[in-house]
Amino acid sequence: MALTPQDIARIATLARLEMDAAHSARMLTQLNGFFDIVGQMNAVDTTGVEPLAHPTAVIDTVALRLRDDVVSESNRREENQRSAPAVERGLFLVPKVIE
Amino acid sequence: MSKELHQLGVAELAAQLAARDVSSVEVTQHLLARARQHSHLGAYLAFNDDAALAQARAADARLAAGERSPLLGVPLAHKDIFVTRDLPTTAGSKMLEHYRSPFDATVVAKLADAGMVNLGKLNCDEFAMGSGNDNSAYGPARNPWDAERIPGGSSGGSAAAVAARLVPAATGTDTGGSIRQPASLTGITGIKPTYGRCSRYGMVAFASSLDQAGPMARSALDCALLLSAMAGPDPDRDSTSLDRPTEDFAAGLIHSNTGAADATQASAAGQKDFNRLQGLRIGLPKEFFGEGCAAGVQAAIRTALAEFEKLGATLVDISLPRTELSIPVYYIIAPAEASSNLSRFDGVKFGHRAAQYTDLADMYQKSRSEGFGPEVQKRIMIGTYVLSHGYYDAYYLKAQQIRRLIAQDFQQAFTQCDVIAGPVSPTVAWKIGEKSEDPVANYLADIYTLSTSLAGLPGMSIPAGFGEHGMPVGLQLIGNYFKEAQLLGTAHQFQLATDWHTRAPQGF
Repeated sequence: MALTPQDIARIATLARLEMDAAHSARMLTQLNGFFDIVGQMNAVDTTGVEPLAHPTAVIDTVALRLRDDVVSESNRREENQRSAPAVERGLFLVPKVIE
Repeated sequence: MSKELHQLGVAELAAQLAARDVSSVEVTQHLLARARQHSHLGAYLAFNDDAALAQARAADARLAAGERSPLLGVPLAHKDIFVTRDLPTTAGSKMLEHYRSPFDATVVAKLADAGMVNLGKLNCDEFAMGSGNDNSAYGPARNPWDAERIPGGSSGGSAAAVAARLVPAATGTDTGGSIRQPASLTGITGIKPTYGRCSRYGMVAFASSLDQAGPMARSALDCALLLSAMAGPDPDRDSTSLDRPTEDFAAGLIHSNTGAADATQASAAGQKDFNRLQGLRIGLPKEFFGEGCAAGVQAAIRTALAEFEKLGATLVDISLPRTELSIPVYYIIAPAEASSNLSRFDGVKFGHRAAQYTDLADMYQKSRSEGFGPEVQKRIMIGTYVLSHGYYDAYYLKAQQIRRLIAQDFQQAFTQCDVIAGPVSPTVAWKIGEKSEDPVANYLADIYTLSTSLAGLPGMSIPAGFGEHGMPVGLQLIGNYFKEAQLLGTAHQFQLATDWHTRAPQGF
């Protein structure tokens, strides 16, 4: 199943990436080349096979634990914000969203 | 002939530090200077000498107070995928060029508690995506055996640093082979443990169901010492970390010979006893020994396997029929998970924010497109596509189903053998820039390592000789779930009987 330039544009939008015409064209070729080998998967009979998300689920039941609902962290806002691109009075600054 | 400080491994250094023959500060200063001497290798991305020396002084104080533990005072360095408070963390990307983490990764903290001294952050492929450390935004790392060649990836800086004796050990991460392959290409030892052994808290995430931290060093014993400190449950911070008690992976190695507590004594004693692997069945998957593997690599692997037979092991022919399928399966699942994990990089709270943009959506797009390199963008695109509406079932779900079949194939194989062996990489290290533009060709080189990652099994690479162009070849050992001690023990016996793992590149 070959992708089209429209597919590339659509996926790029979903992925919040922008690319110029040359980059898009390269991406199209590379992705189509890649999906050629992916076609092998279609020949495999997977009727009734449960998808495997957690590797050791093959030998064991994996139950994701919930931790106790207690506060375990202290307020370290300044430290946590030291790599922020734009901060003012402890708030992260972003372009206006609501008119 | 006495060794120079940088030629000592972890166990040897720990013994000398414990005997107070040398101080941690001395070793640290020596290795920090050596790192600068060999900066052309591109192994290191960042240093914080003050922090390192403070750690060394603290270790010396603990030693002076009489404390003795296997890693106390020994230096190491961390792959730049582990966040650290005292140094920047870039994950090899421009996206995180100025990022300073407010916390240490669990693996970093555990090794620091054990008294290890962190010398700096090591180069890697961007967001751990790559097999050559040529996808780093900060320049390639180079193979000490031939500086025109890659050290492998994504833990290329870690491999280069250990092979060049810049550091006795380093941390790496392995998602599809990123510890095993660079270890193989640089002639060092590395292990990716069972999925969930080491906490992923503080490890910049690539593919959450595949990523695993592991040690890289110059012997199985050294790896065992580090893994014992790195592994362990971290339930409140990593819900995928397994609730298994901590294990001393080195105990079986040190006491496997005469009961001697000293690693050096044990080595000497062990060399006289050649049937240590009696009863061990080593499975050789026919899919790992077919076409596509370079002649020199095959020859080295065959010679290594003959050595295992001399040690008493039996070689058994097995099959892992879906080995080739592991390529599309991995390259669907890993990018899918990566596209989700990397969606957090939006220029809002951390990471690169574009200088110019019109509105919020434009800020996201520009920041991400400027911050991510081409390979990362490609994998995000693949991942986004296979998770999108209309394609999820045909690609992602299908891949996860085949993943289960691959894992089942291994369980079937382990009824016939105890450990699986084969090459790590179909070729020796290639020249920087040599790999083609064709993404498929590049991905095919991962064929021997991917299925182990998909199944979550532990896998090791140990030096097994040399192949084409005089470049190192690694032998892969794959174990069943939680069998790291058996893998390390098997590798250790091989390393007692051979000396590939002691070879150093010329000039290092």
